[in-house]
Amino acid sequence: MAQSVVVQVGQCGNQIGRCFWDLALREHAAINKKGIYDDSLKNFFRNVDTRRNGDGVDISKGKIRSLKARAVLIDMEEGVVNEILQGPLKDIFDSKQLITNVSGSGNNWSVGYKVFGSQYRDQIVEKLRQTAEHCDCLQCFFIIHSMGGGTGSGLGTFILNVLEDEFPEVYRFVTSVFPSGEDDVITSPYNSVLAMKELNEHADCVLPIENESLFDIVSRINQMVTSGKPGTTVKPESLITLNEGGIKKKLQEKPFDTMNNIVGNLLLNLTSSARFEGSLNMDLNEITMNLVPFPQLHYLVSSLTPLYTLADVNVPPRRLDQMFSDAFSKDHQLIQADPKHSLYLACALLVRGNVQISDLRRNIERLKSALHFVSWNQEGWKTSLCSVPPVGHSHSLLALANNTCIKPTFIELKKRFTRLYKKKAHLHHYLQVDGMEESCFTEAVSSLSSLIESYNELDVTKGLPIHDPLRLNIVI
Amino acid sequence: MSVVTVQLGQCGNQIGYEVFDTICRDLHNSQGFCCKRENEVYQASCKEHFFNEERSGVPVARALLIDMEPKVISQTLLKAARSGRWKYGQHSHFCQKQGSGNNWAYGYSVHGPKHEESIMNLIQKEVEKYDSLRGFSTIMSMAGGTGSGLGAFLTQNLRDAYPNSFIINQIIWPYGTGEVIVQNYNSILTLSHLYRSSDALLVHENDVVHKICAKLMNIKQISFRDVNQVIAHQLGSVFQPTYSSEGSCQYRRNPLGIDWQVRPPLLGLPALEKVPHNKESHFNTSIANLVILRGKDVHSADLGGFKDPALYTSWLQPSDAFSEWRTHRAFNKYEKSAALVSNSQFLLKPLDTVIGKAWNMFASKAYVHQYTKFGIEEEDFLDSFTVLEQVVASYCNL
Repeated sequence: MAQSVVVQVGQCGNQIGRCFWDLALREHAAINKKGIYDDSLKNFFRNVDTRRNGDGVDISKGKIRSLKARAVLIDMEEGVVNEILQGPLKDIFDSKQLITNVSGSGNNWSVGYKVFGSQYRDQIVEKLRQTAEHCDCLQCFFIIHSMGGGTGSGLGTFILNVLEDEFPEVYRFVTSVFPSGEDDVITSPYNSVLAMKELNEHADCVLPIENESLFDIVSRINQMVTSGKPGTTVKPESLITLNEGGIKKKLQEKPFDTMNNIVGNLLLNLTSSARFEGSLNMDLNEITMNLVPFPQLHYLVSSLTPLYTLADVNVPPRRLDQMFSDAFSKDHQLIQADPKHSLYLACALLVRGNVQISDLRRNIERLKSALHFVSWNQEGWKTSLCSVPPVGHSHSLLALANNTCIKPTFIELKKRFTRLYKKKAHLHHYLQVDGMEESCFTEAVSSLSSLIESYNELDVTKGLPIHDPLRLNIVI
Repeated sequence: MSVVTVQLGQCGNQIGYEVFDTICRDLHNSQGFCCKRENEVYQASCKEHFFNEERSGVPVARALLIDMEPKVISQTLLKAARSGRWKYGQHSHFCQKQGSGNNWAYGYSVHGPKHEESIMNLIQKEVEKYDSLRGFSTIMSMAGGTGSGLGAFLTQNLRDAYPNSFIINQIIWPYGTGEVIVQNYNSILTLSHLYRSSDALLVHENDVVHKICAKLMNIKQISFRDVNQVIAHQLGSVFQPTYSSEGSCQYRRNPLGIDWQVRPPLLGLPALEKVPHNKESHFNTSIANLVILRGKDVHSADLGGFKDPALYTSWLQPSDAFSEWRTHRAFNKYEKSAALVSNSQFLLKPLDTVIGKAWNMFASKAYVHQYTKFGIEEEDFLDSFTVLEQVVASYCNL
């Protein structure tokens, strides 16, 4: 079984990371009743005997002694990382996995990338190597960061470059939180566009997330939970917005945690078929293989359903089908986008739990007529069935779409960037950093424009009659 | 005469397990609808083909399990051992840590050469256990990366290493919509390569088997297990022992006595059906048909309909093209059962559809970079298309 390493960068990255690890432990605890270190745990966790000296010796089988997360935590401020190390998760991390500073990046991409990048490059490489050495088959790096700030955005994308140089064969999946319209960081458009160029060139696959969407989902769940309507009691462990801490302490959570838990669940569901068994497995390398038809178009819109399970035990089949319908509604997408009304290049359905191939096929047949697929991939569905459902659910679905509906997000970003750049607002903060020039900006926005153009070219084909290319003519 | 079954990838291993389980169940079935002695001869023959005897008494399947990631093989080994009736050999598997990612090029060009020596050694060790080897039967899907890509590579190697052995590939044709997005690329690459090394390609279409589960068996929530069990039943009914010639009481020593490319359509399942119904007014032209009857009253069954010249191409006599094997001993508790293995135009439409979709995608070059990354170039794609268009044309002209 292959392993994955999580690289969490910046405040946002580390907060989401913290939620992810909490949820991962909860998921494994629910399934792993015998306390044996099995292959599924091996993906994200090491098993270490800490009684022995130093780093602890890795134990590959047998009883769980001490689980250690395969993670590297990086932040140019100490607050968030220190909190993690003092909180309930402190035992799964050790100090060798961290890189921190005190001064922060001042919401400035160039400080994160150029200044801290060069300053910390060697340390970063060393920590990554150490983490990789503990893996007998490292398959994937999961980078978690935000685009709008300085550390996650700048240093995060610098690390992306480092990963490509040092570990070229290992996949780079990036979970990027994009700033919303009313972001309180004025320079977030600069940071995001500069970071986009790096994502375009060095990521294998990007899962963009927008806070607005997470917020909307959280609001809808809260409405549901507090509605008091009969038959609407929700099983608390099934809420995709709560982690173990939240359940135990009855919703006494940090303000962003409800939203971060959604992203944590996204990552768990993404890797479930690689970790657990099922009748149709999907490994991480299959995600890039099937969902990235052209190297540049590697942005995937994701949606998770269901958002909660009602306490009422009987699940009629209609509810199962409802899960599939919800996955395509714009309310369930983790960015502000509507895939149904745009063009699909490819779509993946990762199903967990008690769902069989006939349920999957029935729903694909039912839904596909309402969706628009590109001419050369009319039946472009990648599916997987994992037998193990998430905690609190009998089944769940993660839909990943490579869809032109992401174009508006990029166009909006470019607009906000241009508004600032036209006036050269705040530019001096960036240009005074060693290695930064105006060409960095022009190249970055050009990269974004060309990406938008690729999506435009595809959108133009939507709804056009399809002419199959002529087949080869064979003479016998 | 023994057959080595090579189970490749998730699909191959999941189905392989069901096949051995079905054969083993049939083997121990006391309801043979025939005399005791005949049952014993059948059982001995079946064991000789498919199982090794071990000291513990539990038969060991003559199979090798190959996959590039460990989850499925672990499950398969466990399930077999738990059954108590049979098991896989202790050292009969080969797996790695990371799969082929649905990438035919990765399976063929990376995993293939890298593990060639280990896998061929494993096969050699298995072959050495037998007095006489008839051939190899591989089980694989076309849609993924390991079964398809590594499977094609391995078949080539088997052909080179064992030039006189028979090689038959059981191929699973994926659902038309959605299992793997690049399944059409993987399919055409697999088929074109297998054509060069294999003796026979025995095809099962998931869509067809799914319909059998839904319409003939009335299963409500169909799982892959259901589908795989139907396929296993079909394969078992073809490969279980049969008499070698009319009237003889000797079971055929060669379970793979099929000399041409074959393909079984629907199986006649219910007890009273003698042959599967094909009610179309015109028939797909066949090159050859084989009907296998098992159970009660086999010798009185009338197969005249299969000798109709309208079924066959003009350049073949029905007497050359049609074969029938009749065996008293019933299969899998069905009092009467029939299997039809057919080399005909039946597969034309699915093949043409897959080629069409793959060509359509190839014209836009979508996903091609994923293959060129591992050494499969555009010319290789074009070669594959050419080979398969020729196959389509040949069958069209029957």
